[in-house]
Amino acid sequence: MTDRVATPSPRRPWGLIAASLVAVALAAIPVVHLVVRVLSADPAELAAVFDRPRIPLLVGNSVLLAASVTVTAVALGVPSAFLLARARLRWRGAWAVLAALPLAMPSYLAAYGWLAWQPSMKGFWAAWLVLSFVSVPYVTLPVAAALRIGSTGLDDVARTLGRGPFGSFMLGTWPQIRPAVLAGALLVCLYTLSDFGGVALFRFPVLTTAIQQAYSASFSRDEAAVLAVLLVGLALLVVIGEQVARGRAARRIQAAPTAGRRRMTRLGPWTAPGLLLLALVPAVAVVVPVAVLLSRVLTAETLQAFDGANLAQAIGNTVLLSAGGAVVAVALALPIGVLAARHRGRMVRGIESSGYLALGLPGIVVGLSLVFFSLSVVPALYQTALVLAFGYGILFMPKAIGSIRSATGQVPTSLEDVSRTLGNSRARTWWSVTARLARPGIFAAALLAAVSAMKELPATLMLRPTGTDTLAVELWQRTDISAYGAAAPYAVALLLVAAVPAFLLSDARAGREATREVIAPETRAGREATREAIA
Amino acid sequence: MSRLEVRDLTVGYEGAPVLHAVDVEVPHGELLAIVGPSGCGKTTLLRTIAGLLRARSGEIRIGQRMVTTHGIHLAPEKRRIGWVPQDAALFPHLTVAENVAFGMLAGRGSARAARRAAKSDEVRRLLDLVDLAPLAHRAPGQLSGGQAQRVALARALASGPELVLLDEPFGALDPMLRADLRAAVRELLRAEGVTGILVTHDQAEALSVADRVAVMRGGEVLQLGTPEEVYRTPATPWVAGFVGDAVFLPGVLHGDEVGTAIGRLRAVPVADAAGLAPEDGADVTVLVRPEELRVVRADAASVAGGMAARPAGTAGLRGTDPGDEGPGDEGLDGIVTDVEYTGHDAMLALALADGVSLRARVTASEFVPRGTEVRVSIAGAVLAYRPET
Repeated sequence: MTDRVATPSPRRPWGLIAASLVAVALAAIPVVHLVVRVLSADPAELAAVFDRPRIPLLVGNSVLLAASVTVTAVALGVPSAFLLARARLRWRGAWAVLAALPLAMPSYLAAYGWLAWQPSMKGFWAAWLVLSFVSVPYVTLPVAAALRIGSTGLDDVARTLGRGPFGSFMLGTWPQIRPAVLAGALLVCLYTLSDFGGVALFRFPVLTTAIQQAYSASFSRDEAAVLAVLLVGLALLVVIGEQVARGRAARRIQAAPTAGRRRMTRLGPWTAPGLLLLALVPAVAVVVPVAVLLSRVLTAETLQAFDGANLAQAIGNTVLLSAGGAVVAVALALPIGVLAARHRGRMVRGIESSGYLALGLPGIVVGLSLVFFSLSVVPALYQTALVLAFGYGILFMPKAIGSIRSATGQVPTSLEDVSRTLGNSRARTWWSVTARLARPGIFAAALLAAVSAMKELPATLMLRPTGTDTLAVELWQRTDISAYGAAAPYAVALLLVAAVPAFLLSDARAGREATREVIAPETRAGREATREAIA
Repeated sequence: MSRLEVRDLTVGYEGAPVLHAVDVEVPHGELLAIVGPSGCGKTTLLRTIAGLLRARSGEIRIGQRMVTTHGIHLAPEKRRIGWVPQDAALFPHLTVAENVAFGMLAGRGSARAARRAAKSDEVRRLLDLVDLAPLAHRAPGQLSGGQAQRVALARALASGPELVLLDEPFGALDPMLRADLRAAVRELLRAEGVTGILVTHDQAEALSVADRVAVMRGGEVLQLGTPEEVYRTPATPWVAGFVGDAVFLPGVLHGDEVGTAIGRLRAVPVADAAGLAPEDGADVTVLVRPEELRVVRADAASVAGGMAARPAGTAGLRGTDPGDEGPGDEGLDGIVTDVEYTGHDAMLALALADGVSLRARVTASEFVPRGTEVRVSIAGAVLAYRPET
């Protein structure tokens, strides 16, 4: 419409870039420190570590588990997403909530629930089952969102040109959802690679569990460091692979049709199998473990051993520490998210993607690297709440970046222009207009980080101040000694406490939707924002 | 006194400049319309005047204050201007009255301050001015597009600006609303005695609302003048075609006449930007406005020609074929090949006997249906330009 295309870009936002670089550096320092430490170690010692026959086995197990869980989650998640977004279903809203439910379930909680019921479960198949079902929503949610904004126009054209229903789906719809499938698969793969609790409970030896073992046996901390570097390497390979695949996909489809009709599919005889699939995922990931836990809580034995004061203490610690982590995560993510939402260019893209790299950092690696870093650089801070909150901040910064970026991006720049011309300085404009309107999104970012921090196990195990136990740690210590009954109250408390921010989060989302309605009455802008949020 | 003066302004970073040596002047209290096709740099010019973009070189002076000059860039918040963007950009977390109040806070804008200031008499006066007092407590989401633009204008005026900049404020509105709002904006700016600049891509809007019109293309101002000057004596054939319907014919200049396919016409040569007028005997491009052509039915013309004397001094079309030139035989024979009927007037596509096609605008009372044989003549002198290369 207007000649905004030709408008010259404003000057480089040096202040914002500097703040973002500081945030990226802060997040990267501990891991870089770890890698440098390993690489500068005595080559002979390194060779000795690598000579152990366990290392190929551990790497092989990690890769095997990550690959099989990813394939399973995609195979279950894509059809689920199709059912939720494109099929004529009764109670669609309820099914959508059920499909998202496993996200609230830490893997170790699900594993613990299953073990309490079937104590004989162990090894690869047990880990595969629980991790696959817990991580299906990572695929279902983005793919369903992509299906909701995509159109079936191309499918219809393909049908009229003589393709069958499946052929035309592959031709018309698949290219539209491919980036979402890839993004979901990436999340599942990273989640599995970095999972510690679930795998450890089923006694399946992978890199994460071996790192924890080596770390606990304090004489082989160097081995832990080597294993951690291997794990980071694997995770980075996955992230880079996904970037390459997505780049290729983006080149192939230049412009996906945005405004178009969506045809809903009538399921007919497929209704029963479809509903079964939609019910199966939350049943395996959530319903069975929670039912078992609840039945355990109510037994006499558990009630007798119940220590209310200890539980209250653990809840308090969990809330305080995760809140601290959320503050750090938002502080680190704020400059990066605002920069990415407001500016373009190679430098900005580089900063943003390095912010997202932390997505590939397993909690156990961040924990371990902060242990080394704090011990050798700031020993006074070793095992303080500050370091733990900082660890949470690094781990959950990427989640906060996405939320802050889309919230800021939804504030039209013309509002900032108006505020400037009305006499308000750049800083005041940012504070009283941009940040004011992006507030629900920033709040959501903090909640998201807080929920994740509450459930984080390995980093908490390594970094917590001595004697400060969170719900996750208490739970873990009891499952460790197979005191399943005694762990149950902590498990239930963790679920309930984590549900509070999750509930607020769905509310904050609703608030953001409302803001978006006000700011951009044409749904096009909103749709684009959603598209960006998914991509 | 808040006249605006832009001298030799160049804007743009990497590569070719978006604006190239632009000069613009707006006297105090006048409304200037900047018009041009997409990508011509008109919004860039407006944003640079506002200080939202930095100039590479050149000067901008608002009233007595130099706001942009070599190496100096006054921040937008210190320029005392009002900004009305295309999307109105009302603050969604503030009501209508609070939005207007936000404009009065002079650098201490915040939701709380706006809420307090919303009760002041000045806000009341401005809302009355834009006829929106009953909607003072509405949220921006509950307003129509036209109402939102009025609020945006009131908010811009609330800061007591010396200059109000409007960036395609009517772009998203339907045609009826546009005309109303256009008139309202002009009245308001006049009533408040504020100098204004309006960017639009709609030439009819520019001609009808503004005291002066600047026509831009490719980062340059091709012509700046009153609407009448721009329409009646466009600086180039391109400007002529952009601000209105135009028929261009190739011709050869002979003194104060030009020889074309439709005969010899009285002509006024027009100098180009470099001051070069077409020379005698040179090839020229001749501009004819469709409404300058007179079209009458062939049968009526011969009757009229037989009864009335030929009007003296009318430089009519004379057929190139001498056989056409009988006594009282004014103009050229042709046939109406197509009609675009708009109600108040009609555009006729004409094919002349020797293969030349023309477009003529006639009023509803002179309407002739398709297929009618007509006689075409021209009133007044035409403009002759050096051909564009």
